[in-house]
Amino acid sequence: MSSDLILFLILAVVAIATAIGMLLNRNSVYSALFLVLNFITVAVFYLLLGAPFIAMAQVTVYAGAIMVLFLFVIMLLGAERLADAQVLPWQKPLAYGLAFVLAAETIYLLVTRARPEGNILAPDATVNTVENLRQVGMTLFSDYLLPFEVTSILLLVAMIGAITISRREKGRQK
Amino acid sequence: MVPVEYYIILSAILFSIGVAGVVFRRNPLVIFMSIELMLNAANLAIVAFSSVLKSFSGQIFVFFVIAVAAAEVAVGLALIVEIFKSKRTIDVDQLNSMKG
Repeated sequence: MSSDLILFLILAVVAIATAIGMLLNRNSVYSALFLVLNFITVAVFYLLLGAPFIAMAQVTVYAGAIMVLFLFVIMLLGAERLADAQVLPWQKPLAYGLAFVLAAETIYLLVTRARPEGNILAPDATVNTVENLRQVGMTLFSDYLLPFEVTSILLLVAMIGAITISRREKGRQK
Repeated sequence: MVPVEYYIILSAILFSIGVAGVVFRRNPLVIFMSIELMLNAANLAIVAFSSVLKSFSGQIFVFFVIAVAAAEVAVGLALIVEIFKSKRTIDVDQLNSMKG
C-alpha cells in the first residue's frame, strides 16, 4: 500500500466520522464544530488532489467565514438544544434506510457501470503551488470571465437581500 | 496512488449522510449544515475528476460553488433569524402557519 493511499484511508475515516458526528449530535454548536473539522479534512483532500488554491479557499471561506456565521446565529438564537420531539416515530429509521439505499445505489452504479478510470498521484515536490495559482487565475479570467462577473453580482444581490430581510420596517414596529 | 473511484465513493457516502440530516433533523440550522455537507461532497467529486482529467475547469467550478454557498448561507441565516423574531421558535414542526 502506498503512503498516499494510507493517508487517504485515514482521512476518509475522519471525514465520515465527523459527518456522522455532525448528524447525530444533539447540541448544534458541537454539530457546527464537527462540520468545521470535516471541511478541513476535505481541504486536505484537495491538497492531495493537487488543488492548493481550492484547499485554501475552502479553509478561509467554508471553515472560516461560513461556519463562524453559523455559530454566531446559533448563539444569537440560543438554539443549541432544541427539544428533538419526534412527531413521526417512523421518520428516523426511514431516513436512515433511505440514505443507506441512496449511498449503496450510488456506489454500485459508480463502481460497476460508470467506471471512472484513472489513478490520482499525490502531487510531488516538483509541482509548484505558484504555478497552480497562476494557471487557475489565467483560466478564471480568460475562459470563465463572464461567470466570474455573474458571481460577483450574485454575491451583491445576496448581501442586499440579507440586509433587506433582516431590516426592521419603519411602519410596522409594534 | 489512489484510484479515483475511492474519492467518488467517499463523496457519495458524505452526500448520503447530508441527505439523512436534511430528512430527519428538526433544527433548521443543522439542516442548513447538512446542505453545506452535500455541496462539499459534490465539490470533492468535481475536484477528483478535474485531477484525473488534468483540467483546471473543475477547480474553477468548485470556486463558483463555494461563492454560491456563501451567498445561500447569508440569505438563509437572515431568513431563520427573521422567522425566530416573529415566531419565537425555529423548530420546523412548529412552522406550519401555511398549512391548510
